[in-house]
Amino acid sequence: MAASSGRVSVEPPAIYGCHNGQHDPIKALYPMVNEDETPLPRSWSSKDKYSFIGLSQNNLRVHYKGHGKNHKDAASVRATHPIPAACGLYYYEVKIVSKGRDGYMGIGLSAQGVNMNRLPGWDKNSFGYHGDDGHSFCSSGSGHPYGPTFTTGDVIGCGINLIDNQCFYTKNGHFLGIAFTDLPPQLYPTVGLQTPGEIVDANFGQSPFVFDIGEMMRELQFRVRSTIRDFPVPDTYGQWQTTIHRMVSTYLVHHGYCATAEAFARSTSQDFDEEITSIKNRQKIQKLVLGGRMGEAIETVQQLYPGLLEKNHNLLFMLKVRQFIEMVNGTDTEVRGLSRSPSRPPTHESSPSPPCWSNSRTTEPIPGTSSTPTSSSNTTSTPVIQQHTSVIQSTKNVIGSGTSTSSTSTTTTTSSSSSATTEELNQRNAQQDLRATSPPSATNGTTPVIQPPPSGSSSSSSSSYNSSSNMHDSDTEMECMETSANNNHHVQETSNGHGDSSQSNGFSNGFSKHVDLQEDDCDEEMETEGSSCTRKMCGGNPVAVERMLAFGREVQHMSQVLRRELGKNDQNKKMLQNAFSLLAYTDPWNSPVGWQLDSLQREPVCQSLNSAILESHQLPRRPPLEICVAHTKQLINLMSRSGLGSCAFASVESILGSQQ
Amino acid sequence: DVEHSRAYIDQLYSNDSQKCFQAVSELKFAVIGNVREKGSIIEQGIVVRLLQILRTPDMDAILKTEVVTVLNSLAKGLPEHASSLVQAGLLPVLWEQLEACVGGGGTNVYIQMVLCCLRSVYRQGCAPPPPAWDHKLLSTLIQHGYHPPSNQECVANILAHACKTCEQQQQLVEAGGADLIACMLCSPVTRVQLPALHCLAAMCFNNERVSSIVSTKSYGGKAVPDLLVGLMARDRPRELQLAAATSLTFLHRAGALSADDPKIIFKTLQCLVRMCRRDREVWERVEAANTLAYLTEVSTELQRTAAMTDHLILTMNDYLKDTPTSATNIPQPLCVSPVSNRQYENPSTWPELMLEAALRVYASLGANDEDIRQKVIKTEGLMNTMVTALSAASPPVQLAAVRCLHSLSRSVHTLRTTFQDHMVWRPLMTVLKTSNSEELVKVASSTLCNLLLEFSPAKEQILDQGAVEFLCGLTRRPHPGLRLNAVWALMNMAFQAEHRVKASILHHLGTDQIFRLLSDNDVHILMKTLGLLRNLLSTKAHIDQIMQCHGKEIMQAVILILEGEHSAEVKEQALCILANIADGDMAKSAIMSNEDVLKKLMNYMVIPNVKLQTAATFCISNLIWNVEDGASERQNKLRDMGVYKLLQSLMTTEDTGLFDKVKTALQQFH
Repeated sequence: MAASSGRVSVEPPAIYGCHNGQHDPIKALYPMVNEDETPLPRSWSSKDKYSFIGLSQNNLRVHYKGHGKNHKDAASVRATHPIPAACGLYYYEVKIVSKGRDGYMGIGLSAQGVNMNRLPGWDKNSFGYHGDDGHSFCSSGSGHPYGPTFTTGDVIGCGINLIDNQCFYTKNGHFLGIAFTDLPPQLYPTVGLQTPGEIVDANFGQSPFVFDIGEMMRELQFRVRSTIRDFPVPDTYGQWQTTIHRMVSTYLVHHGYCATAEAFARSTSQDFDEEITSIKNRQKIQKLVLGGRMGEAIETVQQLYPGLLEKNHNLLFMLKVRQFIEMVNGTDTEVRGLSRSPSRPPTHESSPSPPCWSNSRTTEPIPGTSSTPTSSSNTTSTPVIQQHTSVIQSTKNVIGSGTSTSSTSTTTTTSSSSSATTEELNQRNAQQDLRATSPPSATNGTTPVIQPPPSGSSSSSSSSYNSSSNMHDSDTEMECMETSANNNHHVQETSNGHGDSSQSNGFSNGFSKHVDLQEDDCDEEMETEGSSCTRKMCGGNPVAVERMLAFGREVQHMSQVLRRELGKNDQNKKMLQNAFSLLAYTDPWNSPVGWQLDSLQREPVCQSLNSAILESHQLPRRPPLEICVAHTKQLINLMSRSGLGSCAFASVESILGSQQ
Repeated sequence: DVEHSRAYIDQLYSNDSQKCFQAVSELKFAVIGNVREKGSIIEQGIVVRLLQILRTPDMDAILKTEVVTVLNSLAKGLPEHASSLVQAGLLPVLWEQLEACVGGGGTNVYIQMVLCCLRSVYRQGCAPPPPAWDHKLLSTLIQHGYHPPSNQECVANILAHACKTCEQQQQLVEAGGADLIACMLCSPVTRVQLPALHCLAAMCFNNERVSSIVSTKSYGGKAVPDLLVGLMARDRPRELQLAAATSLTFLHRAGALSADDPKIIFKTLQCLVRMCRRDREVWERVEAANTLAYLTEVSTELQRTAAMTDHLILTMNDYLKDTPTSATNIPQPLCVSPVSNRQYENPSTWPELMLEAALRVYASLGANDEDIRQKVIKTEGLMNTMVTALSAASPPVQLAAVRCLHSLSRSVHTLRTTFQDHMVWRPLMTVLKTSNSEELVKVASSTLCNLLLEFSPAKEQILDQGAVEFLCGLTRRPHPGLRLNAVWALMNMAFQAEHRVKASILHHLGTDQIFRLLSDNDVHILMKTLGLLRNLLSTKAHIDQIMQCHGKEIMQAVILILEGEHSAEVKEQALCILANIADGDMAKSAIMSNEDVLKKLMNYMVIPNVKLQTAATFCISNLIWNVEDGASERQNKLRDMGVYKLLQSLMTTEDTGLFDKVKTALQQFH
């Protein structure tokens, strides 16, 4: 698929967190199992057993303590939990510590409620392999010849394939073949003993198995993936291919990857021209929002999409609140001209990037470049460098030749590592966006909450961006705007280097590779400056402060109007409260509400605006590709709950990651 | 028409290289994908001209490349086409070109094309008989095999198809073939890995020296056997898994990996059993079963493990019953190893191939373990299938059936029950009498040996079939295995047999033949012949009767052995024959009258070998046995010769067996 991310991931990623953060070998065997819903069997149950069964060694060792006179003295024990279907292939081993008097031992599976005064296999919904005769018992008192007998020292393994609903056994690492088919769901690992002296130990995966179950899992994974890959699509008229192309194309258009979208359209011979203007317009707006220039952004929207904001009062309100915050920040157009500080060198147009979900990467736009031909009034203004809350973290800034009319771009990154090329940024965005399409909020309860770093103290954060914390931030703050944008997936470090790809086509995205030399030059300069300078509200300019306060009153008024017209809105109220709280601190950046000033907070605003524009043009709020990925993930969760074992090997991430 | 459409052929003979190139290009387009055209071009003898162009010095490389492209295309036609190319002398020319290129004389593209053409010829199975290559040539080829992947693929294919004899295996390893293969196994390209595996298998098959070298080679820090296990993983392409399992099997059988190595007993065995499953392609199932049969042929441990793995015995039963539908696929020629090249092209032969493979697996599984044998015999329909296959099937299936019968005939229980119920001796005798295949007769006669054991109820019926005459004939065959089995069968037949049987054996065999067998180079044949004599000379009545007719010759034969350069075991057998003769009434005189033999006996009583001492003493003891007529005379004679004193001196022996014999003998003396 053309939208595959460049990520390389062979093993299914651990989607649900480890217990206590420690390595858990049982969990590692079944990465797709959500233990909050369906815990894995980890020991024998001290309750779900017959009285003749004794347990020891953390409920892993089973011994017989009855009379053992005849079959009426048989006794079984079940594991603590049934086998979750999301295991795909489940396996446990039992070592025969002692065969006791007669070695009447049964190993197998049984459903909840099956009589425990029996050996596994004798009753309905009960299945067992018996050591004395090597027979298999399938819900029946009479067995069938199945395998060899087993006795003291042997290790018997019992595996259940939850895709085909079959059960097999192993003896000392040798595969004995299928024993049972058409198994019912929700079976428990079960052992039964019948004569004195019988002792067995269970290995639910806490230690390495004698049998190589991993290889069998890989085979099943291969099979499931092949099934997915080779799934027949009736495609007589090439509609399927067209649909796929369309999905990719809309995704690129949605996020404004203009050059990529154009190249894609060209190589797939798709109709594309009509969307270019739309992309360029939205890109322009996005750039403004992400640059913190809300005033201009609002103006541009009103100009390009008349009526849009007038209809969307809440959206307009959100934009205004953001504008207020940017004013506090000193980045909004209303205040930036006033807040010029002589100690700061001018910076240049930053990447007009689409939603860029990277931590600590502050992009600072400067007007007057060719990529913003319509914003004519700002060519002389000077930007202010957004700075991070961290004192230690330096904001690296790159300065190009200020008067250049070409689209010299400035990328400010906190890392001293390599410069991010356009391609790379696009790529990151693509990945981030894909990940952002997580299941709807209904599943929020099942996902572990990732704690955000304590605000203002992330002094140690290094060049690798920690997006999980960002995700959380947006998760909590975005709920009013974008309910489906919560994120419950870890994001891996994705700085895979792609070749530089400087744009040269007509409607360039506005990126260009910046020169290393320049970067090196200003690196030092900025570091010293960034760490020595103390930030002041509105850039420390009293005129700007005045304006900001005036604007605040304007927003306050708007809030009251909105309340009158549309009724009470808690989200709006909260939003405004938070924004106004910034004024209560002398150093708002290091205040408890300082997170609002983070450039990252522009992204949800940007997305909401983008979606609203698209919606107004009868285009989907979210690209079909993202919806499709989200649906697929949801369906896989549903498969797990419905007992379909294939979900174990169908993780969306790993399948996308395994594409060649 | 020909005149018109093939005008370019005339241009081929032009001296103008430009015109010639044009012609070759046209020829190329004419033959690509057109089998009929290929045949026609070859018939017209154009190959000779093409080779001539290649041999012309200073010829343009582009033209030569074009020429080799045409030759490659021709070679990819029918196998006949490839062999006509070989007959026209293609191979030496190509090798020459390859050698010439080493010095930088040719372009990379040209070398690649030459290798492709060689590969196409070899893949058609047209490799010339050994020794086809010299060391220099092989080294050149191996050098080219490291890079790029297209060359790797070609070189691996050439080597896999060309490596057939033990010498070639050795040459290949000496030229660095093992290192090259190790490198190729790590290639990410399946098209390289697969022929590399086939080549590895061809190199290691039945060759202990080569296998032990190969198994120590490594690439990227991983030893070849570990690389093979990696290629055998379940998520690998199935043809790779199969080829890797075959290589490991060959390494094991050649002694480089032991049977209890986890790579063999867990990985390889499970992989092969898995490949036998019903959901696999027919050719995979056949190949896997045949390899599995080879893997488990000897080791009891592997037989036991295989028998319990994944219901193998039942799986094999499917092979007997399944009639593969036409829906199943003919394998890609690339997937199948050179050994079974073209074997699966005709689906109508598949049921026979499956039957043969299954019978071979059963034969291996049942070789040593009685429990497994009983499970195999209980397989539904197996006995009927085997009996039918014995009499009606093609020679390979017959052979597999006889092998299976042979393994199962090692069970006393089976001989008495199932075999008797199915009268297996009848088709077996037919096979023995009618088959031309030495291999088949060898296994069948081995089976017959077991069927002739004294507890086998079939013994009488086999005798009625004229077995004596047949077996005696078999002792005259040049193949030592056949002679051995024949004598062995006769020995079993003579054991506790009636006199008429013994007489019949002696009659049909003739004393001349006995002498010939006793001077056989094969010590096993010699031992079994002596065993036959022992069995013939048992019970007093028979001894006397036989000695009466053949006493002189038998004594001569015994003396021949005693005086010859033989091991102690052989001489012990000879002494035992003497002891048997001494047990007869009249026959005793044959020994007593021969002072030379008596001295020999006394001599053997004192040489430092307890077994020979015991046998000689036992013979003496029989000669002087108390209750028989003339015992005192014999005792006196032997006492005079000093035997009594000799016996007394032997009383000091520490060996209890000898001591008992000596004591018994002394007690006989009055």
